[in-house]
Amino acid sequence: MKSKGQLEAKLAAGEFVITAETTPPDGADEASVMDKVGCLKGLVDAVNVTDGAGARAHMSALATCAIMAKNGIEPVLQFTVRDRNRLAIQGEMIGAPALGIHSILCLHGDSITNGDQPDAKPVEDTDSRGLMAMAKHMRDTGTFPAPSGRKIDPAPGLLIGGAETPRDPDENFNTKGIEGKIEAGVDFFQTQFAYDIEVLKRYMGALNDSGITEKAHFIVGVGPIMSAKSARWMTENLFGVHVPEDVIKRIEGAEDEKAEGRKVCAELVEQFKEIKGISGAHLMAPRGEKAIAQTLTEYNLRG
Amino acid sequence: MTDEPMDGDVTGPLNEGPAFPDMMNPGPVDPGAPLAPLPGHTSRGRLERILRAGEFAVTAELSPPDSADPMDVFERASIFDGWVDAVNATDGSGANCHMSSVGVCSLLTRVGYVPVMQISCRDRNRIAIQGDVLGAAAMGVANILCLTGDGVQCGDHPEAKPVFDLDCMAALEIVSKMRDKCELDSGRKLDKAPELFLGAAANPFAPPYDFRPIRLAKKIAAGAQFVQTQYCYDIPLLERYMQQVRDMGLHEKCFIMVGVGPLASARAAKWIRGNVPGVHIPDDVIQRLEGAEKQKTEGKKLCVDLIQQIREIEGVSGIHLMAYRQEESVAEIIAESGVLKGRAPHAVNPVIPEYMQQRFKVQA
Amino acid sequence: MRAVRLWSVRHSHGLMKLYDVFEGLIMAVEPVVRRVGYDRLEKPVSVVENGIKSAMFDCQMCGQCALSSTGMSCPMNCPKNLRNGPCGGVREDGHCEVKPDMPCVWVKAWEGSKDMSNGNILDVQRPVDHRMKGTSSWLRLMRQKKDGTYPRPATSARGDAGGSITP
Repeated sequence: MKSKGQLEAKLAAGEFVITAETTPPDGADEASVMDKVGCLKGLVDAVNVTDGAGARAHMSALATCAIMAKNGIEPVLQFTVRDRNRLAIQGEMIGAPALGIHSILCLHGDSITNGDQPDAKPVEDTDSRGLMAMAKHMRDTGTFPAPSGRKIDPAPGLLIGGAETPRDPDENFNTKGIEGKIEAGVDFFQTQFAYDIEVLKRYMGALNDSGITEKAHFIVGVGPIMSAKSARWMTENLFGVHVPEDVIKRIEGAEDEKAEGRKVCAELVEQFKEIKGISGAHLMAPRGEKAIAQTLTEYNLRG
Repeated sequence: MTDEPMDGDVTGPLNEGPAFPDMMNPGPVDPGAPLAPLPGHTSRGRLERILRAGEFAVTAELSPPDSADPMDVFERASIFDGWVDAVNATDGSGANCHMSSVGVCSLLTRVGYVPVMQISCRDRNRIAIQGDVLGAAAMGVANILCLTGDGVQCGDHPEAKPVFDLDCMAALEIVSKMRDKCELDSGRKLDKAPELFLGAAANPFAPPYDFRPIRLAKKIAAGAQFVQTQYCYDIPLLERYMQQVRDMGLHEKCFIMVGVGPLASARAAKWIRGNVPGVHIPDDVIQRLEGAEKQKTEGKKLCVDLIQQIREIEGVSGIHLMAYRQEESVAEIIAESGVLKGRAPHAVNPVIPEYMQQRFKVQA
Repeated sequence: MRAVRLWSVRHSHGLMKLYDVFEGLIMAVEPVVRRVGYDRLEKPVSVVENGIKSAMFDCQMCGQCALSSTGMSCPMNCPKNLRNGPCGGVREDGHCEVKPDMPCVWVKAWEGSKDMSNGNILDVQRPVDHRMKGTSSWLRLMRQKKDGTYPRPATSARGDAGGSITP
């Protein structure tokens, strides 16, 4: 085992895991964290905490994760390279396990110009692969990366995650990027929304063929769609997201668009369980922790 | 405390249910709970209360461990328990990487210690700094100290990118805005403002000397309520600085805590003088150490003497003890100096849950 | 280049006077600039500005010039980009902690500002807006002064700043 987390234990045991995502509150209130994510307690295996989502300042992800761990929700701490240099990032990686945080997800982060603080300096001391390599180095060798080499005892036991976007494996498709991340240290991937099940099947097929799913776990992104309008918005604005037209029509035609959106999500999760190479579902919905919880209970997805 | 790793610890209590089950029920009195609000106070922590009550305060510096184990933090803090009013958690001091100050402070507040969280502008931009402030306040941190930070070249990650998006002045301004106006720098509203006692660093012992009090005035304008200074080994220089500070009335707007620390030997003193920019050690200090039979004892004696002289300077509200690698001598120095005048700072005597006392080693 | 930069600090008093004249001058041509269009002039003006200020001050083109508050010593030459005064790491000989062979920008700034009559050095400078890097601060100054949007410092150590230690 690399970490002390439940997420790793369940992935290793071959269980289908369910993770969710939350954004930290805008305030200095410990209780507001649990007000937001408390509804997911017991329903998911871990909850990702975003790091300055949308390039806007929120409560620090580390503190939010620490509060969740203390209250019985296993966190996945997200790191971006936008706001901190390696000194700060490594310091947080060491502190994480001491606070009950056993899994991290390494990302690049939204561009600073997209947020409400565009005047800030983008740091970008390293890239997402650099983050993965840092975490792996500290975990596996118990030392700070070169040139430092100073000892860390005990080493931070972290399960390392990366992000991927499912896409149709056309003739240009290759797995170099994914393999590079695995080499850098990734143990599991959490993916962008995958609403197009046929594309996902072909994508996972290609990954199975190249043996990648043997080397890392894939937790596929999905979420309760709030409305047909939001489905269209996602297709047009989110990188790599495609909600098929028949799904949008189905939601549009429903009496209760939200309920239909949850149903679509639940059906997809059930289908994920049948696809070889998929280890779990990662449920995301902006400010939608309650909708995620509702989807999980309504359709008994933990099963 | 258990120092040895537990056998087959992989499926220990941490893997069943919550990561920290005991912390969900901290008992009838939460040791880290904020104190009742008081008029004229901006935080709900002990340090502000002590200083506003007119007591001579004592703080000490804790260097965060290179470890992922909470016990290492608690062990380091316990040395000061009952001797100091607050413990500074440094943020990558000397540009060396250690456990993050948010991490250290989160652990300290859980069992009731009073941390002063240092935020250096070297490693984070304004988005991360504001997030850390909110996170720390949510975890019960009542004191935050904003500083510029050492240059990355002096640490063991010289290839790291220096951020310096904000300077400490801007950081102070933004944090006080978050506290007083309940909004972020971008103007976005907060659900709950952080209740904080805000500090800054000061160095009266580096040039340009006559600008230093002015810089303090600027920090006060930007929001500093207390300052902790660099090591003081030169009383006349401090007196000159304090004279100027008093002339400007700054001691009435801000609590000034003077940094002190024991020198291990004349050699160590010379090394610091040559290699740590900003620390000023006069020749007579080195001569005094050189002339002593036991230099280490003399170093502590010198520190006690300095404290006693500093305490008498008008406008000084406390001392900040930085005993790097000599943390065990802090209690002795405080006791011998009589600086507390019989006052006993709050002792935490923390109850550390058993599961946290296991070594946090992950078995492969 | 540094020699010229230090000369500029030594002659901050004169430069400040020159600057006052210059500011009057650019405000006089503002209507012309407005008619031609700020955007069209951005490129040529920033090239000229960069040439002049680089030669005189080692200008880093942060786009939000603070020279008039810093004794004509450009704070962006500080390795920590400090815009409000020196850090605590200044060496006893007045040199920089990070670059030991360079005199501290702020030691120089303080010397320079003593020769300047205004007390802008007491103002708390806002953090740098990193979007403005490489753009002309002359055009910005011109436009903001004319439109009345020239940012005043939020706080200053002038006058009665800060609170009191008694609750």
